[in-house]
This record gives sequence, C-alpha cells and structure tokens, in this order.
Amino acid sequence: MRIIIIGGSAGAFNLILSILKGLDKEIDIPIVLVLHRLKNAKTILEDYLQLESHYKVKEAEDKELVKAGHIYTAASNYHLLLNENLSFSLDVSEEVNYSRPSIDVSFESFSFALNEKCCGILLSGANQDGAIGLKMIAENGGKTIVQDPNEAEFSSMPLSAIKIYNNHIVCTLSKIIKNINNYAK
Amino acid sequence: MIEFNDIDEIVFLIKKQYGYDFEGYSRASFLRRINRYMQLSGMVNIVNLKNDLINYPENFNTFINEIVVNVSEFFRDPDFFSSLLTNVFPYLESYPKINVWSAGCSFGEETYSLAILLKELNLLNKSRIYATDISTNALDRSKKGIYSIKDFKEYSNNYFSSGGKESLNKYFVSDGEKTIINSELKKDILFSRHNLVTDGVFKECQLILCRNVLIYFNEELQNKVLELFYDSLPVHGFLALGNKESLRFSSINDKFKIIDSKQKIYQKIK
Ligand SMILES: C[S@@+](CC[C@H](N)C(=O)[O-])C[C@H]1O[C@@H](n2cnc3c(N)ncnc32)[C@H](O)[C@@H]1O
Repeated sequence: MRIIIIGGSAGAFNLILSILKGLDKEIDIPIVLVLHRLKNAKTILEDYLQLESHYKVKEAEDKELVKAGHIYTAASNYHLLLNENLSFSLDVSEEVNYSRPSIDVSFESFSFALNEKCCGILLSGANQDGAIGLKMIAENGGKTIVQDPNEAEFSSMPLSAIKIYNNHIVCTLSKIIKNINNYAK
Repeated sequence: MIEFNDIDEIVFLIKKQYGYDFEGYSRASFLRRINRYMQLSGMVNIVNLKNDLINYPENFNTFINEIVVNVSEFFRDPDFFSSLLTNVFPYLESYPKINVWSAGCSFGEETYSLAILLKELNLLNKSRIYATDISTNALDRSKKGIYSIKDFKEYSNNYFSSGGKESLNKYFVSDGEKTIINSELKKDILFSRHNLVTDGVFKECQLILCRNVLIYFNEELQNKVLELFYDSLPVHGFLALGNKESLRFSSINDKFKIIDSKQKIYQKIK
C-alpha cells in the first residue's frame, strides 16, 4: 500500500481544506496530515475536514492499522510514527524543531516504513520543520512535493526543504492537487 | 542510521549481553530512539552500534537512558488529574490504607503531582505510593526530586487547572535555575526498579497509574502488561492510562468499567 503524508504549519490549514475539496471522488489512498497545533487545544479539526471530504477523517490512534479511504490527523502533543506493518505508533518524546508532532519525525519514520511507497508533501510554515524528513523520503525513493514558496503564506518551511535538497517537485497548490490525484491512481 | 531490518539483531544482542528484552517494544519508536542515540554519539552505521554495545558496556547506561523516553511533566493533562479528584479520590477515601502504583514514573513528575493532590485532601498520610521505572537513572533523579524551573510557570498553571488548592511554589524550594521538591512529600513514596516486561505483581494497589508507557509497546506486550495490572488490583481498584492508550483491544476489557472514557480511567469490576 502507498501512503501520502502531508506536513504543514502556519498558513497550511486553508490549503488542506482546498486539497480535500480537490480530491477526485474515486481515489482512496490513505492520507496522513501532520499539522502543528496548539498544545492542549481542543480543536475540532477533524470535524471541519470531514465536511470537505468523501474520506473518513479521524485522528490516528496508537497501533491502529492504516486503511484505504481514511485521512488521519496527528494528535497534538504526540509524535506520529509508522511501524513496518503499517500501524501507527505514538510517542511523547522531546519536541523536535519546537514541535510535537514534528513533521521531520513523521517524515523520517514513514520513509523508513514505506521506502518508495510514500509521497511526502510539505506546505506553508514559519519554521524549518519537515525539510530533513522530506529529504529522507526523497532519498529512500519516495515522491516529494514542496509548495511553491512564492505562493506559500509562510515560505520558510518550503524554502528550507528546497535549500537542502534540490530534486523535490516544487509547485503551486493546484498542481499539488493534480499530483495527488495522479499519484493515487 | 539503522533500519527496520536491523532491529532484530540489535534486540537479540542487547538481550544476550545485558538481559534487557525489547522485543515487544513498538518498532517505530525503538528505531527512532536507536537512531537518535547513534546520532548523539556520532555513530553512522550498525557496525559502530554493535561495536559500542559489545565492547563498551560502560556506555550501556547511556544507551538505556536514551532508548526509554523519560519525558514527562508535572500535572501533564490537567483534565486527567481533575478527573482523579472528582471520580477516584472520594472513593479511595473510604479505605483505611491506600496503595498507589505509579508505573513508568520517569523523573517523578507524575508521582509528585499525585502526592501533592493526595496531600491537599489529607490522604497522603495514609497512602503509600510505589513509583517504579525500568531506568535506574530515572529513579535516581526521581529520588532527588530536582527539576529545572524553565517550565515551572506551565506546571503551575496545570496544577491549578487540575484542581490544586494552594500554590505549587509551596511544595518546592528554588534558586535561579533549579527547584527541589520538599522532602515531606517524599516520605510516603517508595521509588524502586521494576521492569513491566519481565517483573510480576509486587503489591496489591487500589490505584494504578501507567500513563504514556504502553504506547512504546506492541499490542501483545500491552496486553501482557495490562494483565499484570489486572492481577495487581483488587475488585473496585482503579486503573489510569495515558490519553492515547486504552483497554479497548485488551483481553481484560470486559473486566473493567469505564469511569472516564476521555481520561482513560477504569475500575475493575470482576
Ligand atoms: C514517556 S514516560 C511517561 C512518564 C509519565 N508516566 C507521564 O505520563 O508523564 C515513559 C516511562 O516508561 C518507562 N519505561 C519504559 N519501558 C519500561 C518498562 N519495561 N518497565 C517499566 N518502565 C518502563 C521509561 O523509562 C519512562 O520513564
């Protein structure tokens, strides 16, 4: 099974909504969202996202197996990892890049578990999280996409990813959506 | 860095050489911790790691300290502690003597948080708290009870949200950098080493806290440890897990009643 994992921070929430709206109705490739959220925030992110999607949207639970037709969100205050049997593992270890969940941590873990069967996408954000992890996905044979920094509301996350690795696909949101739909086929 | 394929060999080596069994640990986090250890110690591949494990036993302590995740907070998840105050402590009050087990106590943050709340209810005197961990380093630090004041403001907020009635400062003595817990809170706590994977029941306890430990185990080991807790509880005893852990898929699920589904507090009913 292939999995798409998307990382985003400041400025990414609306992008995620647009992505969900733009997904072809027939695709069901599992999608994992790692977004920086406020600590202890009792958000209703999942409910919001559910409105825009034919997928079932839910928080990824510890040891839950990844299934088609699902969009999983990373719980706040835990890192989200993936085992080789494609079950999730949660982890409360140190923050990375001042973040938990950290996008780098998830990207690295998913690339170990999936190798080339992984597509990593990095969106707008005001820090450097995700850059190192995305490079790992690329080096392990996965597909990697970075939002065009000119389009991103906060460009430092996309920029740092491009800076340390220059073979990512760099494109605007509408192309990202097309890429996802093609990848899912 | 090492990969998933390398794990079995490392687990085997550690077991043979040092007697620690990590087989049932969640592979994704075990891999991450090993790679983190290697990075911190400047190792690049599995050969370096094996060499370290085989030829430098003096490094093994550091290794264990990095592999287990000793990250904790005072009053982590205030809603959980506040639920303990409303749903569990009133019940415990009726016992002449209360035994509490804080399993996987890390540096003692959770255990002392518990002790503070028990003290404010005048229950600490008749309580005995058994705080255990696999890591001797964590236990040493727990016993000392010295913490950085960096996060103290947050701890203090969480203390109030948990239902603390006084002021968190009251329980600590601080200088500019560090803060140390009052020794009167320590006297009813017994810190000791206990490995949930290999050690058995050691005491009947009316309340067991084991939070954010099971996520590091695979489902089989989680189940085994939950059975150990079942055996350590009297009927009507309470079990509290971390926010992202549950009894749902365990063999003991139907022997417990849910007291707080969100805060993962359960009561043994048979
Ligand atoms: C993330 S900490 C949880 C601390 C605290 N309970 C909390 O929720 O904040 C996990 C703890 O479990 C301990 N641990 C890991 N494996 C263990 C085992 N086999 N037996 C006992 N403790 C273990 C670690 O040493 C660590 O202190």
